[in-house]
Amino acid sequence: MSAMRERFARTASALVEADPRAAVVLSDISLDYFERAMQAHPDRVVNVGIMEQTAIGVAAGMAMEGFHPIVHTLAPFVAERPFEQLKVDFGYQGLGGTFVSAGASYDYATSGCTHHAPGDVQAMLAIPGMRVLVPGHADEVERLLRGTFGDGVPTYLRTTIAENAASFPIEAGRLHIVRRGTHTTVVAVGPMLSRTLEALGGADVTVLYATTITPFDSETVRSAVADDGTVLVVEPYYAGTTALAMRPALEDRAVRVASVGVPRRFLHQYGQPEEHDAALGLDVAGLRRRLTVLLA
Amino acid sequence: MALAIGDEKHDESSTSTLDAIWVLYDRVLRVDPANPYWRKRDRFILSKGHGPAAFYAVLADRGFFPIEELRSFLGYDSRLGSHPDRSLVPGVEASTGSLGHGLPMAVGVALALRAKGLTEQRAVVLCGDAELNEGSNWEAIMLAPHLRLGNLTLLVIDNHSSAIPMSPWNRRLEAFGWHAELVNGRDHDELERALSLRERAVPTAVVADIPGGEW
Repeated sequence: MSAMRERFARTASALVEADPRAAVVLSDISLDYFERAMQAHPDRVVNVGIMEQTAIGVAAGMAMEGFHPIVHTLAPFVAERPFEQLKVDFGYQGLGGTFVSAGASYDYATSGCTHHAPGDVQAMLAIPGMRVLVPGHADEVERLLRGTFGDGVPTYLRTTIAENAASFPIEAGRLHIVRRGTHTTVVAVGPMLSRTLEALGGADVTVLYATTITPFDSETVRSAVADDGTVLVVEPYYAGTTALAMRPALEDRAVRVASVGVPRRFLHQYGQPEEHDAALGLDVAGLRRRLTVLLA
Repeated sequence: MALAIGDEKHDESSTSTLDAIWVLYDRVLRVDPANPYWRKRDRFILSKGHGPAAFYAVLADRGFFPIEELRSFLGYDSRLGSHPDRSLVPGVEASTGSLGHGLPMAVGVALALRAKGLTEQRAVVLCGDAELNEGSNWEAIMLAPHLRLGNLTLLVIDNHSSAIPMSPWNRRLEAFGWHAELVNGRDHDELERALSLRERAVPTAVVADIPGGEW
């Protein structure tokens, strides 16, 4: 169990205790963490079983009645399988809730491609009004979940095994400026920050830390990126995803954007996530190689 | 309804639901057209969102919006599209049109009513028989008895349009743990009796058979 997932479960359980509007809909995942909450609040904390379309639909019904539902299961089964329920039941209907995934990209490397989800964030970007949060540390999971709870916005919250060495005092909707440099800006997304900083060494670049992908923080990125500058995005999902959300903020500038992320192909290898990172050039050594070329 | 459709032939998708929706709003549901979001209302979801002319006609007749507005049906600036939008039409609880969404949402509404202590209120959802081809409905059909949602009624309008013949639906729903009634979908007294039923611990299904298979 990842630190982020555990922190999510603890935070969600605490919200259920503290706020009568909080509801949790589970789909047979992370049940151990919610056992007490399910017993104490059987009408607000339910395990519907392995039925993800209905999990989202039930959550929407609760949202229609004023609850803030939190739905949780593995990434492919919350972001992809019930995509239309997220689009229609929450997006179109204008309802708020939090959809918390575990097992990002190839976290479940041994399980194969059915359990990979490097397309989750891009799928969520296709739903107008869906907020997408990609924390890089367990502390940030708690901060983002609490900070957005009950605000009426449908929100996708992506948890993963890999964590940054430390957390930052981030808030939803804002980029965090890690350091200022000249000309080139590096945007490191969620759990890619620590390895990106290590790969960059002392390079004279601005580093922005992104944990909210939509709505993208236009103001900060515009203040950081030069009119004819370069933006290098390092992202933990399909390469080019973040640029879709960021590009409108820079559309009046002759900015070059390059993306380093997961390649768009099915990964038929098993093993450990770290082995995939190395093979795909997403570990420190691989990022150093690629960023050196892109910064040249 | 003819006002909305613009002729006297009516729209086939709506004729099968008209009697049941009329009975619901005339005799069964507790609603307040002057206060569409009254906390103590019964909740109705038209899951079979296509052919909503009957629904609009009944809502207008009850006073949720002016009857004259039916003439605007499908116009660019109209609130009344061929699938209902909850953000536009007073009295419409859910935006539907994509099949298989209403029943799972109604399960959530029923659960929420119970969680809020609104024990007298009910959630009623209307599905078409062909709509029940969608797998998401069967997830919810499995789930509702497990959650002991006695405050949930599924109204199936069976106009025999399912590509896979499945009638009698009441037997299938009983097998999943529902209390199920089979009624004539044109008989207002039968509809009223069945739609007014409320079991304590299991959800109720009312299968309204439409002889002749209008859809």
